[in-house]
Amino acid sequence: MQFTRRETLALGAGAALVTVLPFRANAAIEDHVAEFTGGAEVAEGGVTLTAPEIAENGNTVPIEVAAEGASAIMVLAAGNPTPPVATFNFGPMAGAHRASTRIRLAGTQDIIAIAKLADGSFARASQEVKVTIGG
Amino acid sequence: MISRRDFLQASMAASAIVGASGFGNWSRLAAQQALSQDQLLEFDTFGNVTLMHLTDIHAQLVPIYFREPSVNFGVGPNRGEVPHLTGAEFRRFYGIEDGSPSHYALTSGDFTALARAYGRMGGLDRIATVVNAIRADRPDALLLDGGDTWHGSYTCYHTAGQDMVNAMNGLRPDAMTFHWEFTLGQERVREIVEGLPFAALGQNIFDATWDEPAEHFKPYQFFERGGTKIAVIGQAFPYMPIANPGWMFPDYSFGIRDENMQAMVDEVRAQGAELVVCLSHNGFDVDKKMAGIVTGIDVILSGHTHDALPEPVLVGDTIIVASGSNGKFVSRVDLDVSDGRMMGFRHKLIPIFSDVIAPDPEMTALVQAQRAPFEAELKEVIGQTDTLLYRRGNFNGSWDDLICEALLSERDAEIALSPGVRWGPSLIPGQDITREDIWNVTELTYPEAYRTEMTGEYLKVVLEDVADNIFNPDPYYQQGGDMVRTGGLGYRIDISKPQGERISDMTLLKTGERIDPARAYVVTGWASVNEGTEGPPIWDVVESHIRKQGTVTVPDNTSVEVADR
Repeated sequence: MQFTRRETLALGAGAALVTVLPFRANAAIEDHVAEFTGGAEVAEGGVTLTAPEIAENGNTVPIEVAAEGASAIMVLAAGNPTPPVATFNFGPMAGAHRASTRIRLAGTQDIIAIAKLADGSFARASQEVKVTIGG
Repeated sequence: MISRRDFLQASMAASAIVGASGFGNWSRLAAQQALSQDQLLEFDTFGNVTLMHLTDIHAQLVPIYFREPSVNFGVGPNRGEVPHLTGAEFRRFYGIEDGSPSHYALTSGDFTALARAYGRMGGLDRIATVVNAIRADRPDALLLDGGDTWHGSYTCYHTAGQDMVNAMNGLRPDAMTFHWEFTLGQERVREIVEGLPFAALGQNIFDATWDEPAEHFKPYQFFERGGTKIAVIGQAFPYMPIANPGWMFPDYSFGIRDENMQAMVDEVRAQGAELVVCLSHNGFDVDKKMAGIVTGIDVILSGHTHDALPEPVLVGDTIIVASGSNGKFVSRVDLDVSDGRMMGFRHKLIPIFSDVIAPDPEMTALVQAQRAPFEAELKEVIGQTDTLLYRRGNFNGSWDDLICEALLSERDAEIALSPGVRWGPSLIPGQDITREDIWNVTELTYPEAYRTEMTGEYLKVVLEDVADNIFNPDPYYQQGGDMVRTGGLGYRIDISKPQGERISDMTLLKTGERIDPARAYVVTGWASVNEGTEGPPIWDVVESHIRKQGTVTVPDNTSVEVADR
């Protein structure tokens, strides 16, 4: 068989994974977190991150973040060339403190959500999303 | 010393559930070395609700041989745990006597000799007899089909699943969930589902565009049985677009979605469900993990990984029932539900010994009607086998060795890859190999046997990727198959290592040389999930190879070295 261009690209992407996989939180990520929190302590829990365990398609991975009473939630893709994905800001009149979107992932990596809660404290959640050759 | 069975009952008593399995009874049968239909069906009707579970038939309408795996490693928290016990270890754990019918039905050792003694298993007409007998005991028993039903045979392919739909409708199931069905293509699945006289369930079947529950599949269905309000929640195979070609069903998204499962359990409880049953195609380890996270499920009827367990596994207050594959077993679970909760259960894994259980004439006729138009093609003898041909096992099976051999020689390649699927019946030495037999182990809707080039580096990525789908210590990251089978390529695997470090010592068997990461190798394989794959269908490749051989002999496969853990 002949591989199509798309498949060849997919193969190339897969081959690239072998050296850098999986992506984890590192110093650069912690810098982004510190910038968001102003260096304040971040507690585990208090923010909900919903993401698939294994991506059906790494190019469009549905995620959702929610934190009761949060004024902002930042989402980072630890292994992407540009880790900051989005920061969702919720005004005082916001009916729900929840946001969902689809993100592109360069490979298997941790997704991190940091929420600024109503009392000014920060909460963190993370989950590994696996991106396979097929997905 | 406390026996395994005492321990199970003790732990159940501790959680205020009284249980019993049909296992003790099975043991006696084994001791007698004699079987009768009455013994197989013997069951002291219990409580007020009966569930019947049938799963992963893979379109096997008539009795077959099916050898269970001898290699089935568990990782992480499931290392050494059920269902990752095989052979003698499994028999010791459940107190099964060597050489007994249970030995033959549930484990791998001495398979050929025992298959000759105890005969084929399964057959939808035998299953119908069992279902009818249970309905005679308890007319309102629920029959639940765990999926992988409309896939896996010559007739299923040529009727696009209609043979299975017609035959299963004769059994009158109450609900079903899905996996391989979707490889018929989404239009065909919708067409069949629209006409099903029972519930098509999957709380995790979502619309891919809107990420909301898909229109044709309800999350759950209520039943009133034995004065009890029962909710059956469906759970389809979570990783369909990854393990199978997603382009065949682009409108759908799956995933485990345990948070939605919890929401559905809460929803049905709020609507008055006294018993919550999850009809699951998660696979056993995923079900076990889910049972520890989602609260309020009483019974998980577990499919996908093809495990057959003579006793349910208890996680908290949830019992998990695993009913095997290919029509070999039907599980009967009687439940006492009162005061809005499950108070106790009695369970039996009923082995469908086809020479012991009389066929139901109506179902025999129905099955024959599906097969009649194809009888000549099905029965054509292609060759014979000198070797036991089986598939199950984490790393290889003799059927796959033969398929890889066929690929290498017919497609003129250095390396062959064959998918680590768990379906496909066995053949015992001396048997004819018919066209039906070849299709039983190769049939799927993307059969093209491709021929391409892959670098050594990419081959390693492939092996590492598949290995992590099986041996990731977190069950939620497992897809439930076995390792991709390799022909012409040997390797060493350390399953306890993380992804990227499991595979080493990759060797081109033809020359004995180490695989060069930079070199391109000619690779053949089948069942690619990529759209537009080209090549002859795998069943033609295998048929042509077997015809040339006449009688096939498959030597022992020693090309995979599993590291001592």
